[in-house]
Amino acid sequence: MHIVVCIKQVPDSAQIRVHPVTNTIMRQGVPTIINPYDLFSLETALRLRDEIGGAVTVLTMGPPSAEDALRKALTFGADRAVLLTDRFFAGSDTLATSYALSQAILKIGETWGAPDIIFAGKQTIDGDTAQVGPGIARRLELNQLTYISKVTRVDVEKRKIELERRAEGGTQVLASALPCLVTMLEGSAEIRRGSFVGALRAARAEITTWSAADAGITDLLKCGLRGSPTVVKRVFAPSPRAEKAKQVEVKPKSRETADDLIEALFEAKPAMQADLELLAAGL
Amino acid sequence: MSDAPKPAAAAPSRAAMKKELPEHFRAYKHVWVMVELERGHVHPVSWELMGEARKLADKLDAEVGAVVVGAPDAGTREAAAESFAYGADVVYLVENPILADYRNESYTRTLTELVNTYKPEILLLGATNLGRDLAGSVATTLLTGLTADCTELAVDADKSLAATRPTFGGSLLCTIYTLNFRPQMATVRPRVMRMPDRQEGRIGRVVEHAINLEEESIVTKVLKFLPDRSSQKSNLAYADVVVAGGLGLQNGENLQLVRALASVLGGEWGCSRPCVQKGWAPADRQIGQTGKTIRPKLYIAAGISGAIQHRVGVEGADLIVAINTDRNAPILDIAHFAVATDAIRFLPALTEAFRARISPHATDRLAG
Ligand SMILES: Cc1cc2nc3c(=O)[nH]c(=O)nc-3n(C[C@H](O)[C@H](O)[C@H](O)COP(=O)(O)OP(=O)(O)OC[C@H]3O[C@@H](n4cnc5c(N)ncnc54)[C@H](O)[C@@H]3O)c2cc1C
Ligand SMILES: Nc1ncnc2c1ncn2[C@@H]1O[C@H](COP(=O)(O)O)[C@@H](O)[C@H]1O
Repeated sequence: MHIVVCIKQVPDSAQIRVHPVTNTIMRQGVPTIINPYDLFSLETALRLRDEIGGAVTVLTMGPPSAEDALRKALTFGADRAVLLTDRFFAGSDTLATSYALSQAILKIGETWGAPDIIFAGKQTIDGDTAQVGPGIARRLELNQLTYISKVTRVDVEKRKIELERRAEGGTQVLASALPCLVTMLEGSAEIRRGSFVGALRAARAEITTWSAADAGITDLLKCGLRGSPTVVKRVFAPSPRAEKAKQVEVKPKSRETADDLIEALFEAKPAMQADLELLAAGL
Repeated sequence: MSDAPKPAAAAPSRAAMKKELPEHFRAYKHVWVMVELERGHVHPVSWELMGEARKLADKLDAEVGAVVVGAPDAGTREAAAESFAYGADVVYLVENPILADYRNESYTRTLTELVNTYKPEILLLGATNLGRDLAGSVATTLLTGLTADCTELAVDADKSLAATRPTFGGSLLCTIYTLNFRPQMATVRPRVMRMPDRQEGRIGRVVEHAINLEEESIVTKVLKFLPDRSSQKSNLAYADVVVAGGLGLQNGENLQLVRALASVLGGEWGCSRPCVQKGWAPADRQIGQTGKTIRPKLYIAAGISGAIQHRVGVEGADLIVAINTDRNAPILDIAHFAVATDAIRFLPALTEAFRARISPHATDRLAG
């Protein structure tokens, strides 16, 4: 079985700083990680391979430094890694990204055999759109199975797959066919730690690096800025609330402070007392 | 790359921003909402979007269209009727037994066909599992732009949709346009927009659209649907009162103090992300960027610092109270009232004080 996993290198967003004057992201020194959601897909892919046999190819599109994310994935146990990198991809929105990735997946198929399952993350923490997975599926005309909590069964011979999908108010138990595109839900698998041996192997592994031309992408109008129907017109910082919180004086007795707070709330919002009385009565 | 703007490239060359809409897109008119109907139940986010669609349509001098897709049954009809009550002028109704369960393939084909037939200018969907799954594949099929998780939708001077969304984990906002393609698509998370008033007796036109779907041609089958046990469900997103705890509570047991206060207030309880990561609380109790967005009348945050990822999920609250020992915690930038004290000591006192104020008889009942 051949599985392709799309991973993205993202800034560790908790540590992002915004320049106070220019409103630009200060990227210098911000550590990068594999998009956390992608790890659940990678883990699921590795387990399926361990169970059924075959190979896992990890794919990322990004700057040359995105190689770090691929090496990390190799440490976890992926079999090979492909980096798609080209200045033509700069400024891609989700439509252009899904085009480039889908072309690279076709090329991966030509090179190492057609994939049976393609995994993407549920969403990224920087783009945060959850669109690239569905975009790839449509471009390749694959069945799309998102928000999967569990891959129950894969039958490579019979080309069948069974999974559980998170829907509103419950779980859909689905049967579908290979090949397909799957995005895994967070928490759907316990993520392994990379082994020391894996790290050594990853450090030495060769990473296949493709330009647009290498990946067989000839229609550059579908790439980067030109292939992106959306444009970012304005980037700005959220405006802070005009006034800071009013401090309620802390009295020696907590109960007194509590009563003062409640008094202040009811004064600020006169309807609140009646609202709360209804709620408390379970109405 | 995705939607994340590269700040260096955000402003230049495309600043020219020619909005020359190709001829074949000029016929695209009206604002649509995909009504999210699953197992006879409409997700409230659809009505929240209807409120936004109404505002946009009024500015564009256009109609609000509601797309209602489902099995031919009472639930589907009811959703169509409700669409009018929440502001739709037209309902595009597709009834077909194959559409009983949500499946990407059948729904993508249906919505794509509707768009190609009736040509809306703007198409809005909820940023739910269903909405995101569907929006991504419909946008790619139509090769148009899609802006996810918008927090503000507006019509600009030359009548295009200006969709604003947080980026980089909420540290910045960006406004995105879909210049030369139609429809302009956007998703919005539940509770980000205000629920419009329901107008009893409001009606409109129904356009019934027959779709040619064959079960054999749809690869994915729903074998079973396992409803969540009601005990698992939290109504956090839609609660009027939410009390939440963070790492300042020191340990998982102390989250009980938060639950006790929420219970006295007839509200729901939640927490910050680290509490989920430490196993103190289940994931569906998490509030924030990667958890639930809430919009309660009263939000009490105990021992929560108010990191940007938390803040974006709670800003819609009418009244925010922070209980935090640190007078400089970022939560104070968005809170209306703050109590600089130990939440572990203060929460039980606050619970008792509320109990006495709003349900004076409860104490007797509980004592008995
Ligand atoms: C990609 C990404 C997504 C994220 N998504 C979310 C999300 O959806 N939701 C979310 O909440 N976080 C999210 N986070 C995490 C977020 O950045 C913060 O780390 C988190 O919100 C902090 O949680 P906290 O406030 O409970 O803990 P801390 O930041 O440690 O704050 C604890 C607070 O408690 C106060 N305190 C300490 N002792 C007491 C006491 N005895 N009484 C009262 N106050 C006390 C302290 O002064 C402090 O302000 C995300 C992070 C990333 C990187
Ligand atoms: N540049 C990229 N390279 C590889 N995979 C990507 C890239 N961008 C997005 N993806 C995949 O698509 C998923 C959804 O991304 P997004 O639409 O940005 O939320 C991610 O979790 C990745 O699996």
